[in-house]
Amino acid sequence: MRGDLQKDTNDMAEIQIKNVAKTFGAYQALHSIDLAIADQEFMVLLGASGCGKTTLLRIIAGLETASIGEVWIGGRRVDHLAPKDRGIAMVFQNYAVFPHLTVFENIGFGLRMAKMPNDEVKRRVERTASLMHIEQLLKRYSGELSGGQRQRVAVARALAMEPDVILMDEPLSNLDALLRLEMRAELKGVLAESKTTAIYVTHDQVEAMSLADRISVMHQGRIIQAASPIEVYRNPAAQFVAGFLGNPPMNFLRAEKAGDGKWNVAGETVDGPRGAEAPLQFAIRPEDMQIADQGLPAQVRLVEPLGAHLLVTCDVDGTMLRAVLDSDLSLKAGDHIKLAPQPDRVRWFDPETTKAVA
Amino acid sequence: MTHASMAAPAPKTEPNPTPVTPVRNSGRYLYAATVILLCAWVLVPLYFLLVNTLSSPEQVSTFPKSFIPEFDLGSLQFFAGFQGILNALKNSIIVASMTMVMSILFGAPAGYALSRFEFRGKETFRVLILLTRAFPLPLLALPLAVLFIRTGLDDTTFGLALVHTTLALPFAVLITFSLFSGIPVELEEAAWTLGCTRFTAFTKVVLPLILPGITASAIFAFVISWNEVFAAAVLTIENRTLTAFLLQTLGEAPLHLKFAGGFILVVPALIFIFAVRKYLFSMWGIANR
Repeated sequence: MRGDLQKDTNDMAEIQIKNVAKTFGAYQALHSIDLAIADQEFMVLLGASGCGKTTLLRIIAGLETASIGEVWIGGRRVDHLAPKDRGIAMVFQNYAVFPHLTVFENIGFGLRMAKMPNDEVKRRVERTASLMHIEQLLKRYSGELSGGQRQRVAVARALAMEPDVILMDEPLSNLDALLRLEMRAELKGVLAESKTTAIYVTHDQVEAMSLADRISVMHQGRIIQAASPIEVYRNPAAQFVAGFLGNPPMNFLRAEKAGDGKWNVAGETVDGPRGAEAPLQFAIRPEDMQIADQGLPAQVRLVEPLGAHLLVTCDVDGTMLRAVLDSDLSLKAGDHIKLAPQPDRVRWFDPETTKAVA
Repeated sequence: MTHASMAAPAPKTEPNPTPVTPVRNSGRYLYAATVILLCAWVLVPLYFLLVNTLSSPEQVSTFPKSFIPEFDLGSLQFFAGFQGILNALKNSIIVASMTMVMSILFGAPAGYALSRFEFRGKETFRVLILLTRAFPLPLLALPLAVLFIRTGLDDTTFGLALVHTTLALPFAVLITFSLFSGIPVELEEAAWTLGCTRFTAFTKVVLPLILPGITASAIFAFVISWNEVFAAAVLTIENRTLTAFLLQTLGEAPLHLKFAGGFILVVPALIFIFAVRKYLFSMWGIANR
């Protein structure tokens, strides 16, 4: 969106965030964030509320100023520019569809501000409206639209700008579950087609996993890990990531050193890291365990049949551990079982630093 | 009205009647009676004002009165022809218009700032705005008159409009504050990301949305000035507004002139307040939508 607003597809719209921090009074909302987002990448900022993900997005948009640090978009430093000069478009959580304008004028608002000729406005509005399947709503006002339709208008309005970067702040969180699923798939298709760099803020891990090229997991104003969804899921860089992603989340058990590369977990000896000396956290995902003759001794406490599988909560050496098991098993509370973790899926964390240990 | 009609048959038809005690019933009658009394308190004088205004000058002082006005414009004609009255009416309109413009010009930015920005002393500022109404005008009248004479503002419509603006400003600030607060800040932010500056976002998005409310606030300021009599009587001599003029001539004027004058004063105020009642409710925090 430079000059004539036409997106030049050769134009690189990579984003660099260099050492950005933000304080609100005495409260440090962001600590020294460094993040690079590639051209046309779909980056999801994931974290619980209050982790600073929305603040970071608003700093990129120019709606909030960073206390220190730089923001670069497409090789241009933008942190001192007004939002309108940054080549971004934004979709807000509550849609922010202008109530005094028709859907057509909402989608064309940015184009009119850029003094685009009428026929070009009409062409672009109609194209983005058909992309979002709202052609039939163009004459309506926002008061006459459902939540899902307003969401579509908000996305169409952002896309019509043909921005370098599209920023989305929990755009699906106000929709009901079924509609959210439908819009999620649609959004992914539309954004892939538009070849726009996207930054998407959410607290919903399923949304993050399904949409992202890369996920940045944020916690207490820091980016804990930025990697592909499967990497974040399989190889969490820190205990927080392991506990935040996955439903149910990863299990942790205390492990004592039992020899070179051998660790004692709940009375069983398991192969583990060689370098470490102090006790570690043994971690395993619920779905990466199965019942076997050899394994961690567990007493079943609760069995929840979920149809596709069985969610079993058991007591392993005084720690609650959850396993996702085959739904054909007949288990009941009080049963003693042995759970064998899949060796290549076991991860280790240092309880002091909470970081992963190889 | 619905209370009474619903209450009566209920005990007979229900097999296990909830006891509709005499206390509860009489409570309803008391409620209805109070409502009727309060309405009459306001409406009856207005009605007689209307009847007398539309009676011929001779009819005004007779008794008993007819309840149906005879639609004689004699009183109003006499009023229009009375020496100085048209000038006073003109002054009233000028002062009220200036008050209206000034209170919006100063009140709306203050309301915007209160609703959108965090600044030190914000709460104190809000209380101070209300505090300007804490000093009775008679207390301020003498120093004001002295000050106005010194600065040459005495007996001018502009000087009076300044005083009226001071009276209307707290309401203008509070009404516009509640209007701006009703507009999600995301609408403005969305406009900024779509190519607007702070100013164009205001004119293209915020202003169209609050224009009806701003109008209401302006009309309210107009009515405050239109109805104000004390400052007008103290601070003007030649350029009297209608209220001050009528007060001055009250003693010597014939009865039908008083009625006609009262009517001319009340009608615009009533119409305007009725038109903007929705916004006045919202200022006082009563949910009305």
